[in-house]
Amino acid sequence: MIRTITIRLALLVAMLVPGAVHGQEAEWQSVLNAARGQTVYFHAWGGEPRINAYIQWAAREVERDHGVRVVHVKVSDTANVVSQVLAEKSVGKATGGSVDLVWINGENFASMKTNELLAEPGWATTLPNWDYVDVENKPTVVMDFTVPTDGQESPWGMAKLVFIHDGARLAEPPASLEELLDFAKANPGRFAYPQPPNFFGTTFLKQVLVSLAPDASALENPYDMTIAAETFGPLFGYLDELHPHLWRRGKAFPKDASQMRQLLADGELDIAFSFNPGDAAGAIANGELPPSVRTFVLDGGTIGNTHFVALPFNSSSQEGAKIFANFLLSPMAQTRKQEPEIWGDPTVLNVGALPAHEKALFEALDLGAATLKPENLGPVLPEPHPSWVGALEEAWKDRYGASGG
Amino acid sequence: MHADDAQTGLRLHNVSVRLDGRLLLAIDCHIRPGSVLTLMGESGSGKSSLLDFIAGHLRPDFKAEGRVVLDGEDLTARPAQERHIGLMFQSPLLFPHMSVLQNLAFAIPASVKGRLLRREMAEQALLDVGLAGFGARDPITLSGGQQTRVALMRTLLAEPRALLLDEPFSSLDQSRRAGMRKLVFRLAKAKELPVLLVTHDREDADAAGGMIHWLGRDDPGNGCTDKAQP
Amino acid sequence: MIRQGGKPDVPSVLIALLMAGPVVAGLAGTALPAFGYLPVLGFETFSLQPFQALFAEPGLATSAWISFSTGLVASVLSLAIVLVFMAGWYGTRTFGRVSRFLSPILSIPHAAAAIGLAFLIAPSGFFVRLLSPWMTGWDRPPDLLILNDPDGFAMTLGLVAKEVPFLFLMTLAAMNRPHLGAYFKAGATLGYGRMATFFLIILPQIYPLVRLPMLAVIAYATSVVDVAEILGPTTPRPLAPQLIVWMNDPDLSMRLMASAGALLQLTISALAITFYLVLEKFAGIAFKSSALTGKRFRQDRNGQIASLLPMLLILVLMALSTGLLVLWSVAKSWWFPAAFPQVLSIDRAVNAVLMAGPALSATLTLALLSGVFATALTLWLLEARGFRKKRDSKKLKMLIFLPLLLPQIGFLFGLQMLFLATGLGGTLTSVLLSHLIFVFPYAFLALSDPWNRLDPRYEKAAASLGISRSMIFWKIQLPLLLRPVLVTLAVCIAISVGQYLPTLMIGGGRIETVTTESVALASGGNRQYAALYGLLQLLVPLAGFTLAALIPNLVHRNRSALQMRG
Repeated sequence: MIRTITIRLALLVAMLVPGAVHGQEAEWQSVLNAARGQTVYFHAWGGEPRINAYIQWAAREVERDHGVRVVHVKVSDTANVVSQVLAEKSVGKATGGSVDLVWINGENFASMKTNELLAEPGWATTLPNWDYVDVENKPTVVMDFTVPTDGQESPWGMAKLVFIHDGARLAEPPASLEELLDFAKANPGRFAYPQPPNFFGTTFLKQVLVSLAPDASALENPYDMTIAAETFGPLFGYLDELHPHLWRRGKAFPKDASQMRQLLADGELDIAFSFNPGDAAGAIANGELPPSVRTFVLDGGTIGNTHFVALPFNSSSQEGAKIFANFLLSPMAQTRKQEPEIWGDPTVLNVGALPAHEKALFEALDLGAATLKPENLGPVLPEPHPSWVGALEEAWKDRYGASGG
Repeated sequence: MHADDAQTGLRLHNVSVRLDGRLLLAIDCHIRPGSVLTLMGESGSGKSSLLDFIAGHLRPDFKAEGRVVLDGEDLTARPAQERHIGLMFQSPLLFPHMSVLQNLAFAIPASVKGRLLRREMAEQALLDVGLAGFGARDPITLSGGQQTRVALMRTLLAEPRALLLDEPFSSLDQSRRAGMRKLVFRLAKAKELPVLLVTHDREDADAAGGMIHWLGRDDPGNGCTDKAQP
Repeated sequence: MIRQGGKPDVPSVLIALLMAGPVVAGLAGTALPAFGYLPVLGFETFSLQPFQALFAEPGLATSAWISFSTGLVASVLSLAIVLVFMAGWYGTRTFGRVSRFLSPILSIPHAAAAIGLAFLIAPSGFFVRLLSPWMTGWDRPPDLLILNDPDGFAMTLGLVAKEVPFLFLMTLAAMNRPHLGAYFKAGATLGYGRMATFFLIILPQIYPLVRLPMLAVIAYATSVVDVAEILGPTTPRPLAPQLIVWMNDPDLSMRLMASAGALLQLTISALAITFYLVLEKFAGIAFKSSALTGKRFRQDRNGQIASLLPMLLILVLMALSTGLLVLWSVAKSWWFPAAFPQVLSIDRAVNAVLMAGPALSATLTLALLSGVFATALTLWLLEARGFRKKRDSKKLKMLIFLPLLLPQIGFLFGLQMLFLATGLGGTLTSVLLSHLIFVFPYAFLALSDPWNRLDPRYEKAAASLGISRSMIFWKIQLPLLLRPVLVTLAVCIAISVGQYLPTLMIGGGRIETVTTESVALASGGNRQYAALYGLLQLLVPLAGFTLAALIPNLVHRNRSALQMRG
């Protein structure tokens, strides 16, 4: 019901803008017509059952309302999808590609963009629900790791690095990287980060890098070999000091954030982190974390970004994929996504600008005691330019990843 | 001896069997309808290979020469199924997954149509060997003698034109052998079948009453010309 | 001798093509990129650059060493445990009990076993929970490097736990021959101890049949991916999982390096096998010279008991692991150090099973189809060869087992490229084909022995009754072999369900089975899901084996000769 209202409202909004309106409406209608009966292979990280369930729900909705079948292809690393599309391009497969839509951001997006693996620019801004996207206050919805999106990917959710601790075991969590180091020294084996190039592990490296780099602004530009050593210096100095006090003394690492969360639940770790401010609340609701768990951030801010869905150039069901992307942007899908028990992922929409009914949906959300209020989330540190990431991961692997202990 | 006589029965024309180039046996023989040739020899003398050759089961690592002619037809190149030569082994080898009656009905040629008729034939066969009422039984619940009798009837129901017996009495108790021998040879004679009996029990040979051929022996009393020895 | 009597031996030729074709094509498809040639991706000049890049990788030597050492140690240890146990207990009641428990363990796929084992031995695992805090004083899990340890001990343990049941059943099958009991008696009569009799008299007779499975175990263990993902080290990884990482790198030139790495993997597995063959030679000489000394080893009671312990340990480990899979699959909250879940929830388990629907149906489809195809092909081959009265030729046997004697990753890379180029990549058909390559050898292994043991005189008797060849097959041979045929089918299902790498690589992520899912979830945060998928992985083969045991009893219920005894 809400959805039909949403669509009507979208149409209404569209009608208020004179000129191209009818053209746009007709164009969308033709997308809707073309999409019916299509199957969309949605390649998305599948390591989190709650998110998988959410995607299944969205797929059911879209199939029922628009006759578009969405198949969630669960990937363990989005880089694999990029390589798959790249391989298809190399073989000359310009149509009928195996990936119709991909959950993506950052270096993977940059890689697809530079390799020209994406569908034509601008499609994302033609989606009816684009109008609600908070371009003004959330600049990362159009600047993905400093790379302009050019309408080649449609925002799905907001991510911000938050730390999670069990209030019952650790009352006063560290408030800065220095305090985190002190904590690790005082409590050996109770802190860990996932092994890069896992997304979350790399994010932790980036957090330290951005916080400690002598010239953080250099990171906004593409990778520069001449300043790499001095830029990475403080980071590795920090890690060298931290590693002996890590979980398993840094000889083994959690595979990803969800394993880290499990280790927190087991009591092996005292601090975990997540890219999803609502993660802890969701995990409590699911019984995966004890109710005493709380979220915290570091002074000076933490890395934040937006995650998107993108269309490969050779997607065989472009229309269906657009309809799914549009549905994911709808206020109903976005509120449901933000519910801690469902997923807890913050919205990309401008809630304040939504029509009253949709706004009420968001206001009714109970984010739970473990979730920080938006005003307590602290400043957002920008992601470094994606080209730094590869160099960072290589340098990390050389230093720690192949030591065998 | 009529000209017809030479045409009927089982003829083994200059048959020789070799394994890895070593000659196992050589024989040239004619078994007339209703008569029995008993083949005697030590183990390893190639008796079973000869039977395999005649029935069409010889493994390719054995090399055989010569021809098998039954009632004037050359069977040498035919598959086993088309030779119409009945075979009985040391053990009755009733198919364990079938009932006694199913074993018998299985042997009746497909040209005999009608379930009822086939069933009656099988029942009659059981009656003939004193096993009426055993049709529904699991073969393994029968005694050795009973099983051999069923196996005999199974062989005969397939309407063979010759019978090969590979020590069929050796698994029976001494006390039952005489009766079984009498039964087998009586039925074979009644059906005018040429019979080749392989054994190393002299009593079998005596009961058969026909020619006796000693493999690997070349004396004047020998039933067939043995080509193994010069 | 493929041709005989003018008619080509179609099944033999076909099987040879089916087995050797993909392997050869896959090897070529791996070797060419390793030397820089991969035209579909625009690499058209031969060079040694991929190898240079490979050897410049940090930690490569460590990766290679872990693969070699864990694989070889796990294999040799498994064989030793099995043989020593056979020597000490064959024919006893304990032996009967142990073998009854070991057979179902064989049906547990590697990944599920590894997940269960991880639940058991992790610092926050069941063992520590059971003893904490009352004995250990730990109210928090200790910071112990048990899983993913850099030397690969956990991985070795996981491999041993899975390979012992396999080698046990292979050895048991080899011992299924006449007069074996008499040899044991003969040894005892001559005054030799039970274990000495086994090693000096029995083993030399049965070992030729155990050797091929053992070589397959070495090839598998030195190149394993799924067990390594769950239990193996990560700093660095063993070679095979590391290759997967490179293969999936967005930088396509990494594929060349990955291919070079796959050749290195082939070399490592070959080295491990060679090393084992040398070891085997020395062991053979040692046994022979021991036999000549006339030493009787009469007092072997202690050895006997010692031989039982590792076997029991594995049984207990696997039983507990499976139990933990069940427990975790219904546990909503289970905080350390509780030895039993605080909150149980069936709802979520049911929910997860419903969500697993597509993966489960893909698993079943692949398992059933590859099982039926492999079993049918095996029967066809055996029947045709039986008809031609051919013995199993050594060449054909080698060909059939070839896919098992090579590390999967060595030719799956090339095969993946091939499927990609033909546009068959990521389809159920291509995955089915890749499963078949690995399922068929096991079908042949499981069925050829029972087939060859079937009294050939049944066939002769039937043929002499004038029964046609096809009727003999359908009415005599198949019903008589119903039990082994169904067991073969169940084995095929178990093998297919366990296939992780072929599904992952040939399926390109599009074909999801409970196995790929459970490996993906194993390292993730939700143990309940991981356990559930592990359990599903285990239930499918178990159902297969159960049916294989029940159906023949039902079909042959009035035929006591065909009932299972005991």
